[in-house]
Amino acid sequence: MTFDTFAVTPFLTWTLAIPLLGAVVLALVPREHLAAHRWLSFVFSVVAFLVSLSVWVNFDASLAGFQLVEDHPWLPFGIRYTLGVDGISLLLVMLTTFLTPVTILGAFSSIEKRVKEFYIAMLLLETSMVGTLVALDMVLFYVFWEFMLIPMYLIIGVWGGPRRIYAAVKFFLFTFIGSVLMLVGILYLHVTAGGDTFSYLDFLRLGVPVREQMWLFAAFGLAFAIKVPVFPFHTWLPDAHVEAPTAGSVILAGVLLKMGTYGFLRFAIPLFPEAAGAFAVPVMVLAVIGVVYGSLMAYAQDDVKKLVAYSSVAHLGFVMLGMFALTTEAVQGSLLQMVNHGVSTGALFLLVGVLYERRHTRLIEAYGGIARPMKVFAAILVIITLSSIGLPGTNGFVGEFLILAGTFREALSAPGDLGAANFKTAGVVFGVLAASGVLLGAIYMLTMVRKVLFGPITHPENERLRDVGVREFAVLASLVVCVFWIGVFPNFFLKRTEASVNATLQAYKARIVEHRAFHAARPTPDIARDLVAEGEVRP
Amino acid sequence: MLQGQVATLLYVIVFAPLVGAVVNGLGSRWLSRRFVSAVGVGTPFLSFAAALYSFAALMGVRGQEPEFTAVSTTLFSWISAGPISVDFALYLDPLSMVMTLVVTGVGSLIHLYSVGYMHGDPSYARYFSHLNLFMFSMLLLVLGQSLLLLFVGWEGVGLCSYLLIGFWFSDMDKAVAGKKAFIVNRIGDFGFLLGLFVLVFWMGGTLDVPALRDAVTAPDSRIASMTGAVTVVTLCLFVGATGKSAQIPLYVWLPDAMAGPTPVSALIHAATMVTAGVYMIARLNFLFVLAPVTMAVVAGVGALTALFAASIGLAQNDIKKVLAYSTVSQLGYMFLGVGMGAFGAGIFHLMTHAFFKACLFLGAGSVIHAMHGEQDIQKMGGLARHMPITRATFLISCLAIAGVPLLSGFFSKDEILYGAFVLRHGSGAVAPWLGKLYFVLALAAALMTAVYMFRLYFLTFSGEMRSHDAHPHESPATMTIPLILLAAGAVAAGWVGLPDEKLNLFHHYLEPVFAWSGERIVSTGNHALEFTLMGLSSVVALTGIGLAWLMYRGAWRDEPDRIARALPGLYRAIFHKYYVDELYALLFVRPLQRLSRWAFRWVDAGLVDGVLVNGSARSVRGVGLLTRMMVNGDVQAYAVAVFVGLAVLVWWMF
Repeated sequence: MTFDTFAVTPFLTWTLAIPLLGAVVLALVPREHLAAHRWLSFVFSVVAFLVSLSVWVNFDASLAGFQLVEDHPWLPFGIRYTLGVDGISLLLVMLTTFLTPVTILGAFSSIEKRVKEFYIAMLLLETSMVGTLVALDMVLFYVFWEFMLIPMYLIIGVWGGPRRIYAAVKFFLFTFIGSVLMLVGILYLHVTAGGDTFSYLDFLRLGVPVREQMWLFAAFGLAFAIKVPVFPFHTWLPDAHVEAPTAGSVILAGVLLKMGTYGFLRFAIPLFPEAAGAFAVPVMVLAVIGVVYGSLMAYAQDDVKKLVAYSSVAHLGFVMLGMFALTTEAVQGSLLQMVNHGVSTGALFLLVGVLYERRHTRLIEAYGGIARPMKVFAAILVIITLSSIGLPGTNGFVGEFLILAGTFREALSAPGDLGAANFKTAGVVFGVLAASGVLLGAIYMLTMVRKVLFGPITHPENERLRDVGVREFAVLASLVVCVFWIGVFPNFFLKRTEASVNATLQAYKARIVEHRAFHAARPTPDIARDLVAEGEVRP
Repeated sequence: MLQGQVATLLYVIVFAPLVGAVVNGLGSRWLSRRFVSAVGVGTPFLSFAAALYSFAALMGVRGQEPEFTAVSTTLFSWISAGPISVDFALYLDPLSMVMTLVVTGVGSLIHLYSVGYMHGDPSYARYFSHLNLFMFSMLLLVLGQSLLLLFVGWEGVGLCSYLLIGFWFSDMDKAVAGKKAFIVNRIGDFGFLLGLFVLVFWMGGTLDVPALRDAVTAPDSRIASMTGAVTVVTLCLFVGATGKSAQIPLYVWLPDAMAGPTPVSALIHAATMVTAGVYMIARLNFLFVLAPVTMAVVAGVGALTALFAASIGLAQNDIKKVLAYSTVSQLGYMFLGVGMGAFGAGIFHLMTHAFFKACLFLGAGSVIHAMHGEQDIQKMGGLARHMPITRATFLISCLAIAGVPLLSGFFSKDEILYGAFVLRHGSGAVAPWLGKLYFVLALAAALMTAVYMFRLYFLTFSGEMRSHDAHPHESPATMTIPLILLAAGAVAAGWVGLPDEKLNLFHHYLEPVFAWSGERIVSTGNHALEFTLMGLSSVVALTGIGLAWLMYRGAWRDEPDRIARALPGLYRAIFHKYYVDELYALLFVRPLQRLSRWAFRWVDAGLVDGVLVNGSARSVRGVGLLTRMMVNGDVQAYAVAVFVGLAVLVWWMF
């Protein structure tokens, strides 16, 4: 990886700074001006989105390395202020800057206490999320990464439900324990690199010995796996979602979880390729367990929000599977699926929020038949459900299809070039099990939809439920547009990820091949088989 | 030049209904009923007109250049990542042309009929929006050049089916039926998708149908030599077909799907969507023909389903349920046809069935309309007097489906029966007597078909009305005109496929699609045998009608009850549809629910969160409490600890 273009205008810094500036401005406005806080935070986040659009416009899809790079010395020990964006981070940056104003607008009516602090927290959260995605200095990255915890911890702990303290502490401890180990890993890399740099690019060139790689991959991987969350580190997620206010859930599911998957793709795989190759099959096992297990758990829930939370475990299992299949289409598919999950699950949480504001309950059994009073709501919920279960024509299908295709290609086409020798059969099993997750998804989502929307109205108070208003409609419609846009024209997004994904995978594969050549002093049965398959040797 | 024109028309054919769906979907709140009808009915008719024009134009070209058979056009690149590249491309060849004409032709008539049938419904615009969306999806399924685009349509029609079965969603049973249809279809789609992956990544095939066909049919093709892989792929795809086309074991959703409005049952659950599986196999005939085992499975499942569903049809009392099982049974015939290698015959029956079954369903709709929602045929009777047009068209279609000579069903069904009797796979991998066995099953099903259809007819239209508070009346013209046109089709649609080499226009038209596969199928038949079998099946049809007359109009009127009393076990089993739904609930539905509840309680909340997460949190806290107890400020206790520790240390060191 290289720095391909340097920023003429520091758009990335602007994207970071505008929400921060917004937070400062909000801090100066007296707390009794509720409307001012709401609208100001919305305006600042919209401006941040517009600035990030110029990142999008100035992005050259043909370049694989980092673009719009800003690189300045910052602190001692070679710590620098380095920002840059590539095909791996671009979509996620856009997702973040798009979801934040949508969420802020959606929260107007649901947040009624400590309004000022809430919006400050939201804006700070946006800054730290974007920062995590574009930071190319590991200390800078770590600062943003840890800083994300604070506003989210507060959002759950202050504006959450009855068990909010338990959920917030659980969320904080889980993610914090993971990140501490990552910090140790970063420091180790710093020392190995000579003690004068924290630059991501320098770390990439280190060529850490394989034994150390295993430990480092475990340290980084744990931090990311908890964030994703990968089974069995997922139990903080349902608690956090159930207690968090709607806006918190949307951002948590929509963006924060992706920091884990992004971390794998940005750091864990390229920095420790041999270890990633060795860990690929175990990680995929956990990913597939996540898909099936998450779906089963979702099917058992009585609380809509908990159902959506467990469905996230399943969807992110898909993302993890695609990433560790390590083929171009699977990795591109999982990048797209990260965005898809942000859009669909974000929308689902917003829809649950709409119901909660009207009836103050999230229990499925409290509803039933509400498609009659809430026609527009019902139509949107059905569309988002279809996207979530991957119906062709919606965004979910493209992501899942590419992930499954990449997994099957690696497993079925001979000879595979993945590090793990036993991948052939395993890959087919992974693919089949993950594909069955698509079926399970239809079962739990449609069961929920049927119970909430259809049938006779069983609770008289649902008889006159108010349909979505203009503001709610605007919020939800913007996400519905994304569902179809990505579903029908996925290339518009995929082509911007292609060069970087290819470069990352090529670098990974070059390291694996090098490693194999080094260790292949005598032909192992495995290599002999490969040669036979390639027709060079007759058995 | 002409090809360019047809390419443009292809977009009109496919997208006109989508425009209708979007307009009526978004504008449902504001548009007037008249406008909704104009858009909702106008767009499928526009598609139909474009299809007819394309058909005529291409026939003209083919007259001059016999080599010319297909038009293909690409709109944009849909998905492209790594080696995967799927275009949004449409492909019109004789096979997709036939399907397009059937879908748009029958579909347009059903849209027209819906204007009358749904006139008082508060969700009129939503209805047409969904129905148009269905047309779009179905046309995408038919015309998609890539198997992935076919899959888009495939799942799209499933979605529309879900939405329309549960159209009156306030009724719990209807909503449940819609969900069931979607999920059972998804089981099939799961197989279909796996089949695609195996096809592309194991066999090195492609999703592009014409390109795949070229790759397979090329001399010394690598794909053609991979019999094992082809068998896996085709079996996977057939799993998809059993879901969509309601065959054993995934047929269970279709009878429940009758919860939807009756025109929907006619369009989606009789004439078009449920035939998608047959179409898919015909589309990929070059692949299926390479897997004799799959072919035998397809034909066997078809024959069994034909018989099984027909037997259930004998004892149902809901007018639509009888027709639903009849559809399952007739689809079985189509699969028997394509499974034996008589691809043309399967598609031929698909076409004739579209006419007479759509006519039957719309006739049933007309009856239900007249009876104010009553669907139980035991409460009907004597409707012939009140509804002459409905009665006449219904009778014609009953005769056609029973296989009475010279009507459409006669020709197409006989071609399939004949095919089962004489065709064998060229590889010799399948026992020759298997086809004869299938023939016997299908003939038995034909007898039952004649009986249950005329039981239905006699109970509904003849005799005296058995309900006292009904005031039946003939339906309005928007409903009777489609009935008349479809009945005309039920009579005449078979005449394009007369059992003679020269006169069989239908086969001649489809020849380029099936020629390559046809060479791999061996026929042991001759004309004399064909006419003998025709005679046999005519006798069977007339016998069935006669039996039904005797049992429901004539001297044996007490026999049905007597038989039911004499064989209570068998009667109950048939009446309860062999308890298959109950069996599935026992084997799959409830275990899945129990498993998820159990795993949530014991694994997630118990083991992972309880023991591992909160357990470790508690042990940290426990250690903290323990140390806190020790650090209590009691200096003497500290001193004791120091001495004890020192003693232990000294003892350990020496």
